[in-house]
Amino acid sequence: MAIAQTPPATSGVVVKEMAWDPITRIVGSLGIHTEIDFTNRKVNKCYSTSMIFRGFDIFMKGIDPRDTHFITSRICGICGDNHCTVSCLNQNMAYGVKPPKLGDYAFNLAESADYMFDHAIFNDCMCNVDFCEQMVKETNPSVLAKAENTSAPHGDIHGYKTIADIMRALNPFTGSFYLETLGVARYTREMYCLFGGRHTHPSTIMPGGCSADITHQTMTDYYVRLMRYMDYIKRTVPMHDDLYDFFYEAMPGYEQVGYRDTDIICWGAFDDPEYVDYNYTTMTDWGRRRFITPGLVFKGELITTDLVEINLAMRILLGHSYFEDWDQAETFVTQDPLGNPVDKRHPWNKQTIPKPQKRDFNDKYSWVAAPRMYDKRNDIYVATDTGGGPFARNWCTAKAGLVDLGYLKATGHSIQMVLPKSLNMPEMELEWKIPPWSNAIERDRARTYHQPISALIGLHCLEKALVEVRAGRTKSWNSFKVPDDAISCGFHEAARGVISHHMVIRDGKVANYQPYPPTPWNGNPRDKFGTPGPYEDAVQNTPIFEENGPDNFKGIDIMRAVRSFDPCLPCGVHMYTGKGRVKKVQHTPTGMC
Amino acid sequence: MASIEFAPRQHETEQITAHVIWLTSGLGCDGDSVAMTSAVNPSLEDIITGAIPGMPKVVAHTPVLAYENGAEFMQAWYDAEAGKLDPFVLIVEGSIPNEKINGEGHWAGMGVNPSNGQPITTNEWIDRLAPKSAATVALGTCATYGGIPAMKNNPTGAMGLCDYLGWGWTSAAGLPVVNIPGCPAQPDNTTESLTVLVMALAGITPVPELDEQHRLTMHFSRTVHEGCNRAAFYEHGNFATEYGSDHRCLVKLGCKGPVVKCNVPIRGWQSGVGGCPNVGGICMACTMPGFPDKYMPFMEEDSKAKLSSTTAKFTYGPVLRYFRNTSIKTIGDKEPEWRHPRAELTSGFTPTW
Repeated sequence: MAIAQTPPATSGVVVKEMAWDPITRIVGSLGIHTEIDFTNRKVNKCYSTSMIFRGFDIFMKGIDPRDTHFITSRICGICGDNHCTVSCLNQNMAYGVKPPKLGDYAFNLAESADYMFDHAIFNDCMCNVDFCEQMVKETNPSVLAKAENTSAPHGDIHGYKTIADIMRALNPFTGSFYLETLGVARYTREMYCLFGGRHTHPSTIMPGGCSADITHQTMTDYYVRLMRYMDYIKRTVPMHDDLYDFFYEAMPGYEQVGYRDTDIICWGAFDDPEYVDYNYTTMTDWGRRRFITPGLVFKGELITTDLVEINLAMRILLGHSYFEDWDQAETFVTQDPLGNPVDKRHPWNKQTIPKPQKRDFNDKYSWVAAPRMYDKRNDIYVATDTGGGPFARNWCTAKAGLVDLGYLKATGHSIQMVLPKSLNMPEMELEWKIPPWSNAIERDRARTYHQPISALIGLHCLEKALVEVRAGRTKSWNSFKVPDDAISCGFHEAARGVISHHMVIRDGKVANYQPYPPTPWNGNPRDKFGTPGPYEDAVQNTPIFEENGPDNFKGIDIMRAVRSFDPCLPCGVHMYTGKGRVKKVQHTPTGMC
Repeated sequence: MASIEFAPRQHETEQITAHVIWLTSGLGCDGDSVAMTSAVNPSLEDIITGAIPGMPKVVAHTPVLAYENGAEFMQAWYDAEAGKLDPFVLIVEGSIPNEKINGEGHWAGMGVNPSNGQPITTNEWIDRLAPKSAATVALGTCATYGGIPAMKNNPTGAMGLCDYLGWGWTSAAGLPVVNIPGCPAQPDNTTESLTVLVMALAGITPVPELDEQHRLTMHFSRTVHEGCNRAAFYEHGNFATEYGSDHRCLVKLGCKGPVVKCNVPIRGWQSGVGGCPNVGGICMACTMPGFPDKYMPFMEEDSKAKLSSTTAKFTYGPVLRYFRNTSIKTIGDKEPEWRHPRAELTSGFTPTW
C-alpha cells in the first residue's frame, strides 16, 4: 500500500498519513489518524480510535442496583457527576420514587454548577488554547499579524483592545483570562460540592434525592459564587464572539472546519420539580418540561422532542470496534412499558462481548462501539453527534420554543437571556441564535453561550429552592424499595452532550446496565455500513488553513475540529510519525484511497 | 539583598528542574487529574510558576493541560526513557490491566509503536519509565489498589501499581511506590504530596513517611470517623434514619467512615468546601485497598459495624446524651448570676468607692 518516496519539488500531489495519538487537553484516550492531501489542503481520510477498555457493563452484572450511581460515576473523571445524576434518574424510574422538590432542585443546582465549571475550564484552559497567541503565531503568523491590527468590537466590555490581546489572554499559564478561568473553575466546583459533596465523583447525589444537609448557609454560599460567575460571563461571551467572528473574517471558508450536517441529539436536562414524576409512561410530558428541551435533529430538521420516541430510536451498532455481536445473546426487553416494540440493538438489549485484537484500520480499530439514531422515515441509521453538548442543547431548546423562565426564553429561533446586575457589571441582555452551520466555531460559540444559560437556570432553581428552605421544607430525600423486576432508563446531558443509562433488574439485582455517554456518540469508528463516526466525518470535511507545510505541521485545524466536540474519552491524540509518512505521490488530485 | 534566602539553600534548589511525567492512560477516568485542577494548597500554577520559595522548577507533562499535541507532547516520554529528564517523577493514574491475557490486543495504550503501527501499551510505558524515575507515584485508588476497573468479574485482570511492580519495588532514587488513594484523590492531597516529594528529591525536606500500604502518613493516619463532624452523634448512639436533612451520624445508612483511612472530612473536598459524611454523604471507602467490592452494597450498614453502633445506641450512648444535655441545660446555657441590671454588684469584687 504505502509507497514511500520523495515527492517531486513542484508538481506532485503530496498525501501523507498523519496521526495525533494522544490528543491532549481533553479527558481520556483518543487517537486521530488521518491521511492528508497537502497539495489540495484537505483531509482525505480520518479514523478515530480509543485504546482503553474497562468493561463497566460486564462487571456491573449482578450488583445491587443501588450501587449503580456510585460505580458509573467512575466511568469518567469529568462527567462523573453527570453519570451519577443520570443513574439516579434511572433508579428513580426503576424504584418508582419521586424526591421532594428540594431534592430535585438540588440536582439541578449541582448540575448547572457543573456546566458552569466545565464549559469555563474547557473553553479557556483547553479548547481556546488552540486560538491563543502562541498557537496562532506558530500555525498562522499572517492571521496573528492581522489580529494585532484588528480592534475588538466589544473591547469596551471585556477590556481587550485588539483581537491579538484576546489571544494573548488565552496563552496557557501566563494569559490573564486563562489564569482567571482556572480560578473560576474552582469556585464553580465549590458550588457543585455544596449540593454534590465532591466533584467529580459526588458523595451526596442519590436515588430518592440529595443527601446533602441543605440549609440557608448552603443557599448563601451558592448565591455569592453564582453572582461572581455572572460578572465573569458578561465579559466572557462578548470576548469569545469577537474572537470567533474574527476567524471567519480572517480566513474566508473557515466555516468548513469541523463542518458536518446538522444531525444532532440532545436528551434534555434539568427536570422541573413541579412536573417530573420519573415515570416512563409520562416521560413525554415531563421531558418537554425540562429547562433544556430534548430533541432529535436530522439534517437541520427538529424531528421530535419526545423522550419516548427518542429512546426507541436508539441503536448500538458495532462494525469496526473490538467487540463481537450479541445477536445470539438473550433479549431482555421486547417492549417498553407503553407497549412499544424494543429493538434487539437497543441499549436495553445490548450486551458487551469484548474481543481484544490487533488494531487494523481496514477492520477493527477502536474500543468505542457505534451508537446511531434510527431514522424510520428513511430506514437508515444516522451518525448523530452531540455538538459538543451546548450546540445541540441550545439548538433543540431554541427551536422547540418551550422554555420560558422570564429571564431565559426560547423563541423558536433563538434563546434570549437577561443577566442581572453584578459586582462590576450592569444588567446585560444576550441572545444565542441558531447558526446556519454545525461546525467547529459554532460548537465553541454555543458552549460559551451555554455558560449564561446554565447560570440563569441555576438562578431560577436557587430561587425556587430558597422558597422550600424558607418554608422549612428541608427534606431532600424520599425512601424507596428496590423491586424484584424492573426496566428503566435515565436521560440527561453531560456537559459535552447526551448521556443515558438503561437498566434491567431481575431478582433484585442488575441483569443489564448500559451507560451511553456523549463521546461514544461523537468519537465512534465506522459502523457496519461504513458510515464514519462524527469526529471522522467532521475531520474529513476540514480544509487545511494552517500555513505550515508537512514538515512542521501541527494539524491545528483538525485539532479545532475535534476539540469543538469537547472529547472526554478518558483517551488522547499525539503525532506518532513526527513529520508524517509519505503515503502516495501522484500528479492528479487524489480522492479517498 | 540578593543573598537573603527564604528557604534553606534556596538559590541552589531553585536551579534544579524536576519533570513530572503524568501517565493517565491506565484503566481510569482522568478524575485525579481533573480534580487536581481544583487544588489550592498548593495550586498547580503555584507549583509550576515557582511561587513556593526553594521549590525546584517543576515541568509538568500532563495530557489534560498540555499545550503540545502528538509527537511534540510524547517527546518528553521518550526523553525520560533515554535518561534526558533527570530527575523525573512518574505519576500513574488508572489501574494496570493484565496484558498477558488478551492475545494480540490491548486493554490500555498510548501512542503508536513506529515498528508495527500498534498502540504502545500503558504497561510497556510503565516498564520503560518506572525504573528510571526518581519517584513513582500511584495516584488515585485505581492506580494504588485497582479500584473499580479491578472489581470482581472484570474482564481485564486490572490491578494496582504495587501489585504490578511488586510491593518491594524501588525507584532509581530508592523510593517505594508512593500511594495517594482516593476516588478521585483529594485535590490538595495530590498537589501537596507532589510538592513534598519534589522538595525531598531536592534534599530540602526529609522523604515523607509512608505507612505499610505506602500511603503518606501526613494524610492517611486518621480514619474518616476520627475527623468527622458527625462523630459525636455516634458516641451518643444517635443515628440518622434518612439521607438529607437528618444531620446525625450516617453509619446506619451505610457510612463506612469508622474503618476507612482518609482525611477528607478534615480537609473538605476543595477549598474546605464539600466532602463526604461531613456534608451528608456516606463514606464509601473509596481510599481503601478493598474498594469497592468489600464495601458493597454501599447504602447498607456494614454487618460488622452493627454490633458497635447497636451497643452505642442501647448502652452508653443515651446515657452520655442524657447527662450532656442536662449539663448544657442546667449549667452551660445558664449565664452566671452576677450578670444583671439590678442596682447592685454581685460579681465578687468589693467596691472601693
